Parts: sequence; structure tokens; C-alpha cells
Amino acid sequence: MQNMPWWALILALLGLFLLFQILNNEDYHRAFVFLLAGIRLTVIITLTAYVVAATIGLIAGLGRVSDHLIPYTISTLYVELIRGVPMLVQLIYVAFVVVPMGISAINGLGGWILHVPALAGTLHGPAQWMVERSIRNVDMTTRGIIGLAIGYGAYEAEVYRAGIQSIEKGQMEAARSLGMNYFQAMRYIILPQAIRRVLPPLGNDFIAMLKDSSLLSALAVRELTQLGKLNRASTFRTFETWNTVTFLYLTMTVLLSMLVKLLERRLAID
Amino acid sequence: MAPDTQRATRFIQQREKNVNEPAQEPIIIVESVYKRFKRVHALSDVSLTVQQGEVVVVVGPSGSGKSTLLRCLNHLESVDGGRIIVDGIHLTDKATDINQVRAEIGMVFQQFNLFPHLTVLENIALAQRVVRKRGDEESEQVARDLLDKVGIPEKASNYPSQLSGGQQQRVAIARALAMNPKIMLFDEPTSALDPEMIKEVLDVMLALAQEGMTMVVVSHEMGFAKAAADRTIFMDEGRIIEVGVRDQLFTAPTHERTKLFLSKVLH
Ligand SMILES: Nc1ncnc2c1ncn2[C@@H]1O[C@H](COP(=O)(O)OP(=O)(O)OP(=O)(O)O)[C@@H](O)[C@H]1O
Ligand SMILES: [Mg+2]
Repeated sequence: MQNMPWWALILALLGLFLLFQILNNEDYHRAFVFLLAGIRLTVIITLTAYVVAATIGLIAGLGRVSDHLIPYTISTLYVELIRGVPMLVQLIYVAFVVVPMGISAINGLGGWILHVPALAGTLHGPAQWMVERSIRNVDMTTRGIIGLAIGYGAYEAEVYRAGIQSIEKGQMEAARSLGMNYFQAMRYIILPQAIRRVLPPLGNDFIAMLKDSSLLSALAVRELTQLGKLNRASTFRTFETWNTVTFLYLTMTVLLSMLVKLLERRLAID
Repeated sequence: MAPDTQRATRFIQQREKNVNEPAQEPIIIVESVYKRFKRVHALSDVSLTVQQGEVVVVVGPSGSGKSTLLRCLNHLESVDGGRIIVDGIHLTDKATDINQVRAEIGMVFQQFNLFPHLTVLENIALAQRVVRKRGDEESEQVARDLLDKVGIPEKASNYPSQLSGGQQQRVAIARALAMNPKIMLFDEPTSALDPEMIKEVLDVMLALAQEGMTMVVVSHEMGFAKAAADRTIFMDEGRIIEVGVRDQLFTAPTHERTKLFLSKVLH
């Protein structure tokens, strides 16, 4: 009796109950249908931001283990900056400060190219395009994705760093003693071994990001949480709306964490 | 043991012929090298030359700087003073492409350091492709030939974790040989092995010595030194204390410190 996963059973029963409601209760059903588009956007946002974050993380993680001062300093600064700021503030900051500043920089660069005769001839098209960029070209969904990716990139960097540092020193030395350069040793020897060790934490961060994507509702991005707010406002069905939203998030995260556990077990066997 | 001794005798006779030939430029020159780790003087004023085809055995107590000396020879450690010239190339020069030099120097580690995510065959083939730019077929063929040579052709598609320690170390030797190095460095290649596996590794090393490979070997295996060493070096506290021709260091040590050390390791 002690070993039974009672919590899982209760969770499953609650899920079944809500599923039953969605199928049979009109308020639940309407909420569910309305929220479907939000699930779609939540998944798209998470997938896109995650791919970018994993890439940024790999690059910054390599910087964190580098012996060279410049990549080490830049990536460490990035990681420390991000980790000290709440995710919600990061999202707002990226959406309303970083992106507009980026657009101004692109405008400025384009204008500069047009003023340099040597460049203006060959690069006229791209420079013109850069000058014409406006903040209106970047919608809130994109800004939110950029914000999530920058924020999570810092956490992924630490995951990769830990993974790389967990590989015995002798591996790098053996690779180098064969004449491989640092990058070849990383690519063929260190990273393939490190990746297996970081897959579970990377998977867990994917789940964390799926949950944090709800913060994009603060930017009025029409993802699952935002649609929940809208549904509540138009139907006044508070209880039904948030039950359904919660049910949908839980379904996604529970399924995903089962997947991660499976992956963990697979990797442990090899 | 008997065939080994015969082989060794023949080999030493060959060596003596070589010694009478006109001297050529040494393949390794170590000139007054210093190396410090914070407070520890790992190497102090170490000088050493190794001729092509020579087998040098290095012994000494723990912490005496044997590994550090070896690691300086392929620049896994940089020196703080003095210079090292390998095959005419100054390792201390900024302009030196260290990767190119390392490809000419094979290294075998105490802990084997095989790549656990690759099969035995891939362990031996990888650097050939990446560094030597050999094709898949050629590098695989070289790998198979070397596995034959070290006596475990049947293990090609196994992973390192499926091999015994002795087999792993032989794969590590094959992996180093695959680069066609001019020099082989061995850092206590048998001290992580169970006693019954030591011989299979030493036999491979002995065969290599007899083929005329230049070797610097950190090892306390007297049998190997007897059979293969042209010179034996005793190190203590970062210095070379005594150098003996062939295995004379073991049979007739002159320095007190050498005698003391040998009385402890030999039984
Ligand atoms: N990376 C390092 N950082 C700090 N100290 C080091 C490092 N490598 C070696 N040392 C120190 O330098 C000295 C020489 O070490 P080294 O490994 O060369 O000795 P060794 O003769 O190979 O010893 P052993 O027989 O135990 O392998 C020791 O005092 C050791 O503690
Ligand atoms: Mg050592």
C-alpha cells in the first residue's frame, strides 16, 4: 500500500473527471474549443524558443569552459546577468528594450552602409531593407520567443558546461595527443559523450519552458494562458476556464516528463 | 621467458651496431627545462637527448616529475623555462603547429583513456580520418592491421568497456600507432593492470622496441627495462639524478637515492 503511486492515481482520476466534463458539459466544452488555438501557439512558441535556446546554450556553454578570456568573459557575463533577473522581467525587457534597440541598431547600420560609397553600390538592396525595418515588423509573439530563448539559453549554457566538465580530463588529453585540435576534440570526443549526460536535464528544461511560455500572456500573446483570460472575460466562467487551462498544461507536462524518464532510463542502460 | 630473452639479446646486438654508426641529430632534445605547478617544482633543470630508435626507461618515486616530463614532450604541459626540440621542431616556438607535432608523437596513458562512445575500430580509425585525412577504407584497414598486430583482431566491433584492461591498453597502443608516430611515449602503461595482463602489454611494447621505434617509457617493470632499454633514467624531486646504460641502473646503481628507491620498488 505504501509503494502504490497514489498521487498518480488521484491525478489520473482528476484528469478523467475533467475529460468527462469537457466532453459533456457545455461550458467546459466551449472553453476547450476556444483554448485549442492557444495550445497550438504554446507548442509552437516552446518548440521555436527551445531550439534557439539550446543553440545559444551550446555556444555559451562552450564559452564557459573555454581557456580564452574573451569567450569565457562574454558567456559568463551573459549567464550571470540572466540568472539574476526574473523570467517575466526578462521577457518584458527583451520585448520593449532589447528588440527596439536591435531595430535601431539595424536602421543605423543600414544608414551607415548607404553613406559609405564603397559599400552603398553593392549592398544597396540589403541596406535599404535594413533602413526600412521598423518595430512594427516584429510582433509580440516573436519578441516573446526571443525573450524566452535568451533567458533559457543561460540555463542551457550551465547544463552544457556541467556536462562537458563531467567528462574525464583524460579524454581531451588523449584526443589532443593524437593531434586533434581543440574543436575536433570537442566535436568528436567530448560533446558526443557530454550530450548523453545532458539529455535528461535538457528535457526537463523543455518542460520548464513550456510552463514559462505562459508568461507571454503578459505581452498579450494569444497562447494558452492568454486565451484562458480572454475566455473568462467573455463567458464569466472562471471555474470552468481555469480548470480546463490547468488540465491542458498538466496533460502536456505529465506526458513530457514521462518521456524524459523513459529517455533517462534508456541512457542509463547503455 | 626464454624466447623473449633470446629476442632481446639479438636486439641488443643490433643496437650496439647502431651505436657505432656516426651520430645523427637526436630526435628529442630537452634543454634545461623547468616546470612549476604553483609551489611544486615538478621539473628542475632537466636535460635529456634521445636518439632515433632509442628506448629510454624512466623510473622514480611518485611525484618525481616523470609524467610531467613525458607530458612536456608532447606539450600537454607547457614548460616554464628551457626548451624542447622534437624532430627538429621547437615546441616552445609560438609559430609551431603543436597539433602537427603531436600527430608524430604517440602517447599511451596509465588509464588507457580510450573513447568509450566509439568501438575499438573507431577508436583507432577516428584520428586517422580527422587528423591524417585518410579515407574511411584506408583508416579502417590500418586499424584492422594494427589490431592484428596487438593480437586482438576479434575485438574490432566491441566497445572499450567490453574489454579487459590489458586488451584496452593494447587498443590504446594501436590507436597511437595508427598515426604512424616517430616517437611513442608510455606513462606507466601497465600499472593499472592486473598482474596477469601485464605481460601481454609488455610484449607489444617489446615488439615495438625491436622494430626500432623511439620510445620514452615511464615504468618500473624491470623485465621490460632489461629486455629493451638503451638507457634508464632515475628521477627524484623534479631532477634527473642518474642515467644508466641499458639496465645498469637496476643492477649497479651508483647514487644513494637511486639505491634507496630501488630497494623499495624491487623485491
Ligand atoms: N596539473 C597539476 N597541477 C598541480 N600540480 C601538479 C600537476 N601535475 C603534477 N603536479 C605535481 O607535480 C609533481 C610531479 O608530478 P608528476 O605527475 O610528474 O609525478 P610522477 O613522477 O609522474 O608521479 P607518479 O609516479 O605518482 O605518477 C607532483 O608533486 C605533482 O603533485
Ligand atoms: Mg605519473
